[in-house]
Amino acid sequence: MTPTYYLLLSALLFSIGAVGVLVRRNAIVVFMCIELMLNAVNLSLVTFARIHGELDGQVMAFFVMVVAAAEVVVGLAIIMSIFRTRRTASVDDANLLKY
Amino acid sequence: MTLDLLAQAAPDPGVVSTGEAVVFWILGPISLLGALGMVLARNAVHSALALVGTMFSLAIFYIVQQAPFLGFVQIIVYTGAIMMLFLFVLMLVGRDSSDSVVEVLRGQRLTALLLGLGLAVLLVAAVARSLTAVTATGLAPDGPGYSGNVTGLGAQIFTDYLFAFELTSALLITAALGAMVLGYAQGRAHTKRGQRATVEARLRGEHDRISPLPGPGVYATGNSVAVPAVLPDGSIAPESISAIIDATPVREIEDEPGPDARALTGGRHDDTAEESR
Repeated sequence: MTPTYYLLLSALLFSIGAVGVLVRRNAIVVFMCIELMLNAVNLSLVTFARIHGELDGQVMAFFVMVVAAAEVVVGLAIIMSIFRTRRTASVDDANLLKY
Repeated sequence: MTLDLLAQAAPDPGVVSTGEAVVFWILGPISLLGALGMVLARNAVHSALALVGTMFSLAIFYIVQQAPFLGFVQIIVYTGAIMMLFLFVLMLVGRDSSDSVVEVLRGQRLTALLLGLGLAVLLVAAVARSLTAVTATGLAPDGPGYSGNVTGLGAQIFTDYLFAFELTSALLITAALGAMVLGYAQGRAHTKRGQRATVEARLRGEHDRISPLPGPGVYATGNSVAVPAVLPDGSIAPESISAIIDATPVREIEDEPGPDARALTGGRHDDTAEESR
């Protein structure tokens, strides 16, 4: 077994997250699927860092985590403000770029 | 200390030891099951909990792969902060806001499944060649520029990636401000009208009458809330009594002849009482 198996797992997780984004209608679950995709990419970055023997991959994964945290905060605030006026969290019902 | 343990466990860091293989083949299916459960669960809270399981196993993968700092950050930030934020929003939005089973686009789920399978096949095919062709170097504890994971990461972040790190701070501040603006934003329907605007609306005739409603009992013979006010011309203002009092059925007590206290005085004090009134 080589560390490349982690890359396979990461690819599968990313695909599952992509399917979830396409299939689910609840905006919060869609957001969770995006988080899963980011996590899969993080796993592959950490594995790359190990394969190459450099720490750059781990630094990139760290930055991905920071950006994901900021993205989650803003995205959930948008979902909340849409829910407050439209009383729904479904992506089908949000058809305007304003609340 | 973790690094010392890892170094003892795996003398060649590029080779996967037996213990790591066991961890991988146990936690890998668990993370895949968590991901599938997140996509398939109807209830959004179940999805969140399945995602927590996946993130935990990923954190253990990080720690096993000589990234203990990222593993702990994963547990603290992702499963601790972000998923709790998700759960908070789920509880605010409503736990039972489950997905509708109705397909809005015809055949969308099947198409999405086929696309996802295609993506998985492409990614796995791209990676599969490296299963045999790539030999991992591994993060040796005495590797280039490596003296402990946290120290090495700190050195990298504050030298090579310093500009990106500064940009990250700007991003975090912007995200916090944006969340505050979006969270406190109130639509036009929620704005309160001030005193001046209310007066102008009254004078413009948007209300039934300019003045506020007269209070009950004003200029009347009694000050009870059940006594209507008397207007300057002597007529009764019916709107001065609350509609609730008007609608309340009153038991007529005058009709019932009860014990009369005036009978005890023999009727003489009646006249004086009326005169003095």
